[in-house]
Amino acid sequence: MNAISGTAQGGAAVNSAERRHDEVLLSVQDLHVWFELRRFGFGHAGYVRAVDGVTFDLHYSETIAIVGESGCGKSSLMKTILALHRPTKGDILFENRNLNALKGPELREYRSQVGYVQQDPYGALAPFMTVQRILEEPMIINGIKDKAEREARLRNAMEEVKMSPVDDFLQKFPHMLSGGQQQRVVIARAMLLEPKLIVADEPVSMLDASVRVEILKLLRALQDKHNLAVIYITHDLSTVRYFSERVFVMYAGQAVEKSLINDLIRNPLHPYTMALLAATSDPDADNATRFRDVPPGEPPSLVKPPKGCRFHPRCPHMIKDLCDAEEPPHFEPEPQHLVACWLYR
Amino acid sequence: MPETTLLHIEDLQLFFRAGKGVVRAVDGVNFDLNANQAVVVLGESGCGKTSLAKAILRLLPRNVDTYDGKIYLHDQNVMELSDEEYRRQVRWLKMSMVPQAAMNALNPVLKVGDQVAEPAMIHNAMDKEMALGQARKMFQHVGVPLDFLNRYAFELSGGMRQRVAIAMSLVTAPDLIVLDEPTSALDVLTQANIFNVLKRIKSELGMSFILITHDIATSSELADSVAVMYAGQIVETSDAHRFFHEPLHPYSGKLMDSVPRLRGTQEPDFIVGQPPSLINPPTGCRFRDRCPHAFGRCAEEPPTIRQDGRTVKCWLHVA
Ligand SMILES: Nc1ncnc2c1ncn2[C@@H]1O[C@H](COP(=O)(O)OP(=O)(O)OP(=O)(O)O)[C@@H](O)[C@H]1O
Ligand SMILES: Nc1ncnc2c1ncn2[C@@H]1O[C@H](COP(=O)(O)OP(=O)(O)O)[C@@H](O)[C@H]1O
Ligand code: SF4
Ligand code: SF4
Ligand SMILES: [Mg+2]
Ligand SMILES: [Mg+2]
Repeated sequence: MNAISGTAQGGAAVNSAERRHDEVLLSVQDLHVWFELRRFGFGHAGYVRAVDGVTFDLHYSETIAIVGESGCGKSSLMKTILALHRPTKGDILFENRNLNALKGPELREYRSQVGYVQQDPYGALAPFMTVQRILEEPMIINGIKDKAEREARLRNAMEEVKMSPVDDFLQKFPHMLSGGQQQRVVIARAMLLEPKLIVADEPVSMLDASVRVEILKLLRALQDKHNLAVIYITHDLSTVRYFSERVFVMYAGQAVEKSLINDLIRNPLHPYTMALLAATSDPDADNATRFRDVPPGEPPSLVKPPKGCRFHPRCPHMIKDLCDAEEPPHFEPEPQHLVACWLYR
Repeated sequence: MPETTLLHIEDLQLFFRAGKGVVRAVDGVNFDLNANQAVVVLGESGCGKTSLAKAILRLLPRNVDTYDGKIYLHDQNVMELSDEEYRRQVRWLKMSMVPQAAMNALNPVLKVGDQVAEPAMIHNAMDKEMALGQARKMFQHVGVPLDFLNRYAFELSGGMRQRVAIAMSLVTAPDLIVLDEPTSALDVLTQANIFNVLKRIKSELGMSFILITHDIATSSELADSVAVMYAGQIVETSDAHRFFHEPLHPYSGKLMDSVPRLRGTQEPDFIVGQPPSLINPPTGCRFRDRCPHAFGRCAEEPPTIRQDGRTVKCWLHVA
């Protein structure tokens, strides 16, 4: 019940989170999320293997970034962590409790401990509700009956996301706010129930470039202050460094490289990661004078992914009869730097 | 006007009527573009970038209040043409546009090949066969496989749809294409692919571009020159080399500082606040309330200063 008790326990929660810095908050184990594909009149027509064997641990107050292109399964992974999808196979443990086993009130309590910030802030906010109602609703659903307490929490959350003076915004509808302000409201809503984990799915990709940094800095400040764990999902490696220490790269439903972000940028190991880095621009007039190296083709179908390494049809280093035949396991060529690629066998 | 100048814009204005007053979306814009070059128009959301594109292509909504200024295209002031003349002689044939979110606006029930061919039939008076031949050529230039001619938009990835939208803007053989946020909604590899395509048609077809974007890092993939827009006005123009090395206007500097860099260690910073409303914009320098260098004189509107081929609208640069 800790999410819905009074604000006074906020301080205690911070201390205990600090103490547990090296304990695992969330453990994702061999997770598979498949969606059944049905063709009209033909019934079952295979599975979309959106997440296909992903494993990682996230500690209390830790940030991890998940990097990958659209369609590689990032959102499906997130939604499963948010308990909006059920795993097809594998487990998710939150504070050692298996999400598969949670039901009814337990599930609701779990969801109140995980805040969600999604890609499209406008789509995330009901257009006919004022900011005040948008923020009150989750508290009402989670049984905070005391109106004064709701009001106090709401104002506190608005101040935390720097929407002040609060009264200037409470009666506004989402369409009256800029994209950056809409995303602040979404973040305030995610913070209201004092979550332990925030899942941010491409939180800034729909925003104007100049607002992106502001929102990322806001998220990081909240993370520091409240010792939150954060999962930051993005396709843009250039923002990761300012936000998270650890990163993993996803391709076609699988994690292909896991490391510290500085190691990943200094020494990318997977050919797909190399391609992502090579395609990322920094402002430089010389960019206009050269073509960028981009691997041919597009990410594969997740219904019938390529045999062996899923990147092999696009990979310049493909090893015949190995990469196209056997799935590479994770190798560890340098400490804490894992890669699923046969080059490191 | 030097002879390589393709486009010369002088004091362009586009104001809209809105409930609360007049929106000065494009408020006295000046810049030049040379043939076979790309100019990037940079600025935050709401600074008037899309409106500038609409003003250049005369794609005007109903609630126009003022539309004025000069647009010289190859020495001809196209503002003097009637709407009918403009439509028949200029739009598509000399300048075409890839609108913001064009890739999501393709017709869902028309094969993409037919869709790309259509403007050539309407504007270049080609018969269907010739227009399809032209479409096929454009597919090759933008790197869409030819068997995609017979597919529908929903069967294509975002990157392929964006290439189709670019092919469509090329098919009428214009001299200039205006691209509004062509890659902002795309993944990193797809963005890089699209910029490779644009670079290729720039060299293969001698194309010129106006690229409108808020994404500074990727804009450098195409830019020969840069025009920075703030609150309906151009506050700096420069060649790309000097701009990306050292922008002159305080707003440009702030924009550059906000870019997260993959290579390099400087922490990105953001610009506090928002651009002003374009209904009754502030007097004096419009950037004043966000400018770290503002001083007494900034209460008056700064002039546009010319320096070594660059321009900057800021009192700091007045001798
Ligand atoms: N048809 C219209 N009627 C009234 N106001 C308009 C119209 N079109 C644009 N505006 C206003 O003009 C201003 C500039 O808009 P514009 O779309 O040109 O900005 P932009 O720089 O392209 O922004 P973005 O990066 O969000 O695309 C805004 O305040 C906008 O609300
Ligand atoms: N509810 C669903 N039913 C069927 N397929 C789905 C569903 N959700 C996602 N997918 C598919 O799973 C794949 C991964 O999607 P997603 O997790 O949204 O990727 P990302 O967030 O990385 O873009 C895509 O092919 C997508 O179409
Ligand atoms: S396993 Fe083989 S195909 Fe896959 S990324 Fe490594 S080298 Fe390339
Ligand atoms: S004119 Fe003044 S306020 Fe405006 S940008 Fe220059 S220094 Fe800043
Ligand atoms: Mg997604
Ligand atoms: Mg626009």
